[in-house]
Amino acid sequence: MQIYLPIAELSVNAFLLLGLGGLVGVLSGMFGVGGGFLMTPLLFFIGIPPAVAVATEANQIVASSFSGVLANIKRKLVDFKMGTVLLVGGLVGSALGIVLFNYLKSLGQVDLLVKLCYVVFLGVVGGLMFIESLNAIRKSKKTGGAPPTRKRHNWVHNLPFKMKFRVSGLYISIIPPLLVGLLVGVLAAIMGVGGGFIMVPAMIYLLGMPTKVVIGTSLFQIIFVTAFTTMLHATTNQTVDMVLAILLIIGGVIGAQIGSRIGARMKAEQLRILLAIMVLLVCGQLALDLLLRPDELFSIGAGGGHS
Amino acid sequence: MIRAFIFFAAVLCAPFASAQEIVLGLSDDEVDITATFDGSDILIFGAVKRDTPDIGGELGIIIAVSGPLQPVVVREKERRLGIWVNSASSDIDAAPSFYAVATTAPLSDILNDAEDLTHSITLPRVIRSMETVGGDTGDFTDALIRIRAGDGLYQTLEGAVNFAEETLFDTSISLPANLIEGDYPTRIYLTRDRQVIDTYETEIAVQKVGLERWLYNLAHENAVLYGLLSLSLAIAAGWLASAAFTAFRR
Repeated sequence: MQIYLPIAELSVNAFLLLGLGGLVGVLSGMFGVGGGFLMTPLLFFIGIPPAVAVATEANQIVASSFSGVLANIKRKLVDFKMGTVLLVGGLVGSALGIVLFNYLKSLGQVDLLVKLCYVVFLGVVGGLMFIESLNAIRKSKKTGGAPPTRKRHNWVHNLPFKMKFRVSGLYISIIPPLLVGLLVGVLAAIMGVGGGFIMVPAMIYLLGMPTKVVIGTSLFQIIFVTAFTTMLHATTNQTVDMVLAILLIIGGVIGAQIGSRIGARMKAEQLRILLAIMVLLVCGQLALDLLLRPDELFSIGAGGGHS
Repeated sequence: MIRAFIFFAAVLCAPFASAQEIVLGLSDDEVDITATFDGSDILIFGAVKRDTPDIGGELGIIIAVSGPLQPVVVREKERRLGIWVNSASSDIDAAPSFYAVATTAPLSDILNDAEDLTHSITLPRVIRSMETVGGDTGDFTDALIRIRAGDGLYQTLEGAVNFAEETLFDTSISLPANLIEGDYPTRIYLTRDRQVIDTYETEIAVQKVGLERWLYNLAHENAVLYGLLSLSLAIAAGWLASAAFTAFRR
């Protein structure tokens, strides 16, 4: 069934959009990532204009994250205090990111920079997670049981403004979470993603939070940052397509519920290695796009009006 | 149909300016974009009206339907440091979002270059480009035409117009699903020996209706409300799905 999208101004198969939403929703629920890093490139691929894809995706992430966070709140796996600190950083970062994005747009190379951002961040994060979780699995096999989780003391623990995060079992400075939130906010605005794929590893490896709490807490932060981004896009560019968003949401929220239940039954190491593989696959695909000679060397963009 | 009748009457009453005139009808002069819009076929039909017997020479009909003109940027990728990046670009001042030319015979047989230039009939004559940074303008215009033709937005339909007894003509133009809103100028040219001897112009109005119209207007006229509505829907959907799953599992 074809459906016409009023803002994107094109006609797309409704079931294709529902299916994409569902698929990405399952991953979103399983890993606690917003799924934007998968959905945004997929939307480009089916011909949605990039500006509409990025803005609408922010709106969709609000829904899938909300659905996901409810499931996590019920299982008491959200650290609201940590989430709020991350959120403060995230809102500032998002505003900075929009300013930066508009500057890059005026230079005319925004597509390339967005793709390079994807390749670099996905490559580094995916690679690190893959190696880490591989080691963790190997260790747990050698000792024949659950590995002892010993908190490492690194520079993060020597900074001032310490605060107690009881749900995470941490007593650390608020500076690292603020900076993590800020970075994620900037990336969210530039790349049209929730930023979970950066935040989740940063929370695990940098802040030392328990993996189970990380997912709910990152979803909590993502809801507010993407809601803020949606409003910015809706009011400045009018690029949020409600019809597109609703179709993706219907697929996505169902998928997220399924994914969240699959995630609860899997071991943390397995979850992490699966997420690492997913991240590396997307990274590889985007890298190939940049490295291989494209079939069509020319591309058409909207002209005029850009300052 | 009523409009066609009025037009017929107007033509019959008009003073006889030229020996041959085009009389035209359209199956639709409005295209409504609804939520399930999936493209539309428009039937264009008409006749050549003569006061005196034809003086001979090969007659041709050219029908051009154009979408609204928009500025576009065409960029060319080039390999730099191992990756493919946009390098040269060309700003094209005005390119139609949609363009279809249907004719009775190959264009070169029924239209000469001078007339093409005067009336801007073929695509290279319609697309106006201004400046180009580091490349040849022709390449960029060609690329634009090639890409949009591949998307079904630019159509050259030589021989697609039926022309019976050199009097009655008809053709069908299929408008694709990814149409944008606006007035689509529709021009019909009657040529003899590659010279234009009569023209007729009308417009097909393409517009969103119903929910599509309402959402589009809201997004542009009341953006804050639209944004809040989008967010409310997203949160409601997220909550509903979660509640539905909990209920389902019990």
